Amino acid sequence: MAETGSLNMIQALGNALDHYMERDEMAVVLGEDVGAFGGVFRVTAGLQEKYGAERVFDTPLAEAGIVGMAIGMGLGGLRPIVEIQFADFIFPAFDQIVNELAKYRYRSGGQYAPRVLIRTPYGGGIRGGHYHSQSPEAYFAHTPGLRVVVPSGPYEAKGLLLGALECADPVIFLEPKRIYRSAKGEIPLDYYTLPLERARLVKKGEDITLVAWGAMLHTCQEAVALAEGEGYDVELIDLQSIAPYDLHTLVRSVTKTGRMAVVHEAPMTCGFGAELVAAVQAEAFDHLRAPLLRITGFDTPFPYSLEDHYLPSAERILRGLVETIEY
Amino acid sequence: MDLTREELLEAYRTLRMIRAFEEKLNELVTAGKMGGFLHLYIGEEAVATGVCSHLGVRDWVASTHRGHGHCIAKGVDIRAMMAELFGRATGTSRGKGGSMHIADVQQGMLGANGIVGAGIPLATGAALSAKLKGTGGVAVAFFGDGATNQGQFHESLNMAANWKLPVVYVVENNGYGEFTPTDFVVPVKDIATRAGSYAMRSEIADGMDFFDVYEKAGEAIRRARAGEGPTLLECKTYRFAGHFVGDPLAYRAKEEAEDWIQNRDPLARFEGQVLEAALVEADDLRRIDHDVEEELAAAVVDAEAAPPPGLEELLTDVYARGES
Ligand SMILES: Cc1ncc(C[n+]2csc(CCOP(=O)(O)OP(=O)(O)O)c2C)c(N)n1
Ligand SMILES: [Mg+2]
Repeated sequence: MAETGSLNMIQALGNALDHYMERDEMAVVLGEDVGAFGGVFRVTAGLQEKYGAERVFDTPLAEAGIVGMAIGMGLGGLRPIVEIQFADFIFPAFDQIVNELAKYRYRSGGQYAPRVLIRTPYGGGIRGGHYHSQSPEAYFAHTPGLRVVVPSGPYEAKGLLLGALECADPVIFLEPKRIYRSAKGEIPLDYYTLPLERARLVKKGEDITLVAWGAMLHTCQEAVALAEGEGYDVELIDLQSIAPYDLHTLVRSVTKTGRMAVVHEAPMTCGFGAELVAAVQAEAFDHLRAPLLRITGFDTPFPYSLEDHYLPSAERILRGLVETIEY
Repeated sequence: MDLTREELLEAYRTLRMIRAFEEKLNELVTAGKMGGFLHLYIGEEAVATGVCSHLGVRDWVASTHRGHGHCIAKGVDIRAMMAELFGRATGTSRGKGGSMHIADVQQGMLGANGIVGAGIPLATGAALSAKLKGTGGVAVAFFGDGATNQGQFHESLNMAANWKLPVVYVVENNGYGEFTPTDFVVPVKDIATRAGSYAMRSEIADGMDFFDVYEKAGEAIRRARAGEGPTLLECKTYRFAGHFVGDPLAYRAKEEAEDWIQNRDPLARFEGQVLEAALVEADDLRRIDHDVEEELAAAVVDAEAAPPPGLEELLTDVYARGES
C-alpha cells in the first residue's frame, strides 16, 4: 500500500515540485520571492533549502525578463519552472509567452522546443480587486502551442503538475487560489502523474451536462446538490485541461443528456465556454434538447466590492440548470 | 528654509494624516471590518509629503500599490478614500476599485496601481501631454525599488530623457520588494545610478527627512517645469509595517526595523526639527493631531454608513455609453 497524506492544494503542489526536482536535475524553480521566502502562497517553501539557491532562486520583479530568460534556459537544456505571483501579473510577459514560447517549436521546424512550465495562481473570491482576481485561461488557450491546465483539488493538482512537467510542451498551469487551502484530500505521497487532455467525470447524471474547472467546480458541486434536492440529475465534468481539451468526453456526455451548461469566472464574450458550446453543438447537434448555456462572469473588469455578484454562485448556476432542463 | 509657518503646519498635517490614516486602516482590517489587500505607507510619509508640497492641481501623480500616502499628499479627499476602501458608492471610484485603484481626476491623481511598474510610463505620457498642451504642469511617478527592475521603467526613462519631458521619477527605495531584499536582486547600490544610462539627472534624498526630500524634489520639479528635463530622485526610506496588512515579517530582522522606527521616524524627525528651530509651537502640532483624528473618525463613520454600489454598477463604466 502506497503511503498517503492529508494535503491541501498548496502542499500537494509543493510535494509535486519536490518530487520533480528530485528526479530531474535540470529542473530549476524561479520567480519573485520563491526562494528564501518560499513564495507568497508558500508553494515553493523548503525547496531552496533542499535543492540550493542555484536551482531555486529569487528573481527581480520583472515578468517579461523572467519568462524570456526561462525560455532561454529551456533552449539551453534546463527545465525551468516559473512562478508568476498572480496570473494578473503575467501580462508584462505576454509577448514572450505568445510570440516566443508558444511558437518556438513551430518556427524552428521542431529544432527547438523549450520546456517551460509557468505556474500562476488565478481567479477571484478573495476580495483581491481588479488585479488579483482575473481568469486569463482563454487568452492562452487562443495561442496554439501552449497547453493550459487547471486543477480543481489536491489530487489533481499534484498529478496534473507532474504530468505537465513530464510533457514536452510549454504549459500555463493555472492554480485556483481561492481553494488553495480549503480544498483538502487524502492523496498518495509517492510520485504519480495524471494524463493531460483528459476531462474528469466527477458525477454521473442524466438530465444535463455541467462543465467547469478550478474553483468553479466546487461551486458547481453545490449547485448539483441543490438541483438534486429539486429532483434533477446533473452530470458534472471537470475539464482540467483547457488546451488542448477533451471534446470527446463532453460530446459523449451531451449525446446522452442532450443539454450542457458551462461555468467559468472569466467574462462571457470569447471566454472558453464559447469554444466549448461551439464545438459541442457541432458534434452533438442531433441530440440537443435545449440551447447550450454559459454561466460566467460579466463582460466587465473584475469588480472589487461587487465580486459576489460577479462570480457565478450556486444559486445562479442552479437557475441556469433548471431553465435549461425545463426548456 | 523657504517654508512659511502655514506651509510647515500644512506639511505636518499631511504627514500626520498619512500616518493616522494608515494606522486606522490597519486597525480596521485587523478587526475584520475592512477587506481587500492593503499596503501601508507608514514610515515613508516624508517622501510623498516632501514631493507633493510642490505640486498643484495641474500636476499629475502616478502612484503604486502602496498609494494612500501619495493620494493624501496630492489632496484627494480622505472621506472619499475611506469610502473607496470600504467599497462604498461614495468612494473615489464609486467603490469599484478599492485600495489599489484610488484615482481622482480633480486632483491630477492618475491612480494607485496594482501592477508594479505600470504607473511609470503613464506619468511619462501625462508629462508629454502637459508639454504639448503647454499647461506648465509636471508629472511625478512614484514607485518602489522593485519596480525599477521592470522594462517599463527603463523604457520610460529613455523616452523622457530623449524628449526632455517634464517628469520626475521618485523611487521609494525601502530596501525590499515584497519579501526579497533589494540587494538580492539589484547589483547597484543606489538606484539613482540607473539614470546614467539615459543621460538623466539623478539625486539621492534621505526619504526619512521631509526637508531633504522637499529641497531635492523642489529642484527636480523646478527644472522639469522650466523645460530642463526629467530627474530620477531616489528617496532612501523604510516601510515600518509589513508588505501588506497581515504580513508576519519573517524575512527581516526585528533589530533592523526597530532601529529605523526608533531613530528615523519621519514624523518625530520633522517635529524635532521645527520645534528646535522654533518655527512652530508644540501646541500647534498637537492641535493638528487632534483634528486629524476627528476627521478620520468621521470619515470612518460616514463610510460605514454609506451604501455599497448598486447592482447596476456592475455593468457601468465599461464603455462610454455606460452599459456593457
Ligand atoms: C507586475 C507585478 N508583478 C508582481 C506584483 C506583486 N507585487 C506587489 S508589490 C510587489 C513588490 C514591490 O516592490 P517595490 O516596487 O519595491 O515597492 P514596495 O512594495 O517596496 O513599496 C510585488 C512583487 C505586482 N503587483 N505586479
Ligand atoms: Mg521596495
